[in-house]
Amino acid sequence: MLPGFNLTLGYTLFYLSVIVLIPLSAVFIKTTELGLAEFWAVVTAPRVVATYKLTFGASLLAAAINALFGLMLAWSLVRYSFPGKKLVDALIDLPFALPTAVAGIALTALYAKNGWLGQWIEGEFGIKVAFGPLGVLVALIFIGLPFVVRTVQPILEDLDTELEEAAASLGARRWQTFRYVTLPILLPALLTGFALAFARAVGEYGSVIFIAGNIPMVSEITPLIIITKLEQYDYAGATAIAVVMLVLSFILLLTINGLQAWTNKVTGRDR
Amino acid sequence: MAAVTSLHAAVDHAARFETRSATREPTWIKWTIVGVSLTFFTLFLLMPLIAVFVEAFRKGWDTYLAALIEPDALSAIKLTLIAAAIAVPLNLSFGLAAAWAITKFEFPGKQVLITLIDLPFSVSPVVAGLIYVLVFGAQGWFGSSLADNDIKIIFAVPGIVLATVFVTFPFVARELIPLMQAQGKEEEEAAVVLGANGWQTFWHVTLPNIKWGLLYGVILCNARAMGEFGAVSVVSGHIRGLTNTMPLHVEILYNEYQFAAAFAVASLLALLALVTLCIKTWIEHQAAKTKEES
Repeated sequence: MLPGFNLTLGYTLFYLSVIVLIPLSAVFIKTTELGLAEFWAVVTAPRVVATYKLTFGASLLAAAINALFGLMLAWSLVRYSFPGKKLVDALIDLPFALPTAVAGIALTALYAKNGWLGQWIEGEFGIKVAFGPLGVLVALIFIGLPFVVRTVQPILEDLDTELEEAAASLGARRWQTFRYVTLPILLPALLTGFALAFARAVGEYGSVIFIAGNIPMVSEITPLIIITKLEQYDYAGATAIAVVMLVLSFILLLTINGLQAWTNKVTGRDR
Repeated sequence: MAAVTSLHAAVDHAARFETRSATREPTWIKWTIVGVSLTFFTLFLLMPLIAVFVEAFRKGWDTYLAALIEPDALSAIKLTLIAAAIAVPLNLSFGLAAAWAITKFEFPGKQVLITLIDLPFSVSPVVAGLIYVLVFGAQGWFGSSLADNDIKIIFAVPGIVLATVFVTFPFVARELIPLMQAQGKEEEEAAVVLGANGWQTFWHVTLPNIKWGLLYGVILCNARAMGEFGAVSVVSGHIRGLTNTMPLHVEILYNEYQFAAAFAVASLLALLALVTLCIKTWIEHQAAKTKEES
């Protein structure tokens, strides 16, 4: 029997309670100060509902775009050799390492009307990216990309070539092999990456507020509404919206745990 | 949930797939996929990174340096370093304790505990800041008793440290738990049977096995601690020279249209991100080497 069980578990539970559990419970306790009718009125106010639509819509779209391009990036990094590959592989994690505020101002500089990309997009297509809902999407794509690449990449690396060789020897075309052999193995990891990117995007604040323009009913995200209410000393209102976000986070966390268990089952990693 | 950031040894697999006809695509398909993914990579990752440095030096070296040695910038740098210097060791010791308890012993509720450790990753940074305002703020649970004793937590340095600790809470633990689970406990048990005490066992048996994973968790924890914006923004109060961290200083300069200065401070943070990625890549290579040797 190894020593240290009481000490380490005791410390773990104490630290977890003080830093995470007790402060988080404050949100739920505080929100009971509002009656149910009042709570409902706060969380379904038109301006708040507009933020849910934008936050969830943009997060879903960004996660979907990342799932598609992230899969292609992971595929390129694992299966092909091309110049600069090591650099690309290392920089994929940039959104994990780069502070969100820095990402926010950099993306704004790029996609604003006078930016390198913004002036071209606005000149060619007449589409405004920064300071509108599209800006939110751009920021959420940036922060979500590594989640998809880094969940799919290890599964791709562990794939045995024999499976695809068997498919080929049975007469499958390359596309059929991908569609019926490779993709089903990748699917749980791809969905996990999608869910991780989505979960991160829903709560994201720093990178979005610079590029969004933050126009009420148009390009305002839910975390910003919480900040706005706090600045007006409306603690109960801010807390009510935080409860909505927290409940969603818990659901997403459980979904992601389930997806990860599925990934392990499909790829045999739980054995 | 942080499993995505977990250390995996850097090994190039391309040769394995490109030398077999069954796992190889026609050249034009290969270059289409590579081309599309690299364009996406350039538009969304590479160009923002380059933009930070170009904008920072747009008005020349003098403006750049002036923005960094200005007193408010220096105090922001100092506060960022202090917050990270407290948050990282705290979460490191927590991560070690949690991983030891979870991977070396059996107890009921273990899975629930692992999920709870993940919680801070799925909570929005803004909500992370809000919870401390509700506990320690003027209107909060301990608000009046703190005010009576003249202790300030919210809109002061302790609040910033707390928010930083919260958002970086799972990094080290999440890195170590799967790693130590995979390694089992036979080696430690052998050491104890041979007469080593707990501390010796940890120092001479466990630590050498987990050093790369540990370092990996620590540098990612540190990058997030120095770069956190949302949570810190809620508890900071934005008092210049007192409660501004580097990311908050960037925001203030930017909102005052001092773009060159904002990007100058941002470039320091971008440099930190690049150093983090370099160390991370280096660790992945060391881990690959260790794996090959064993």
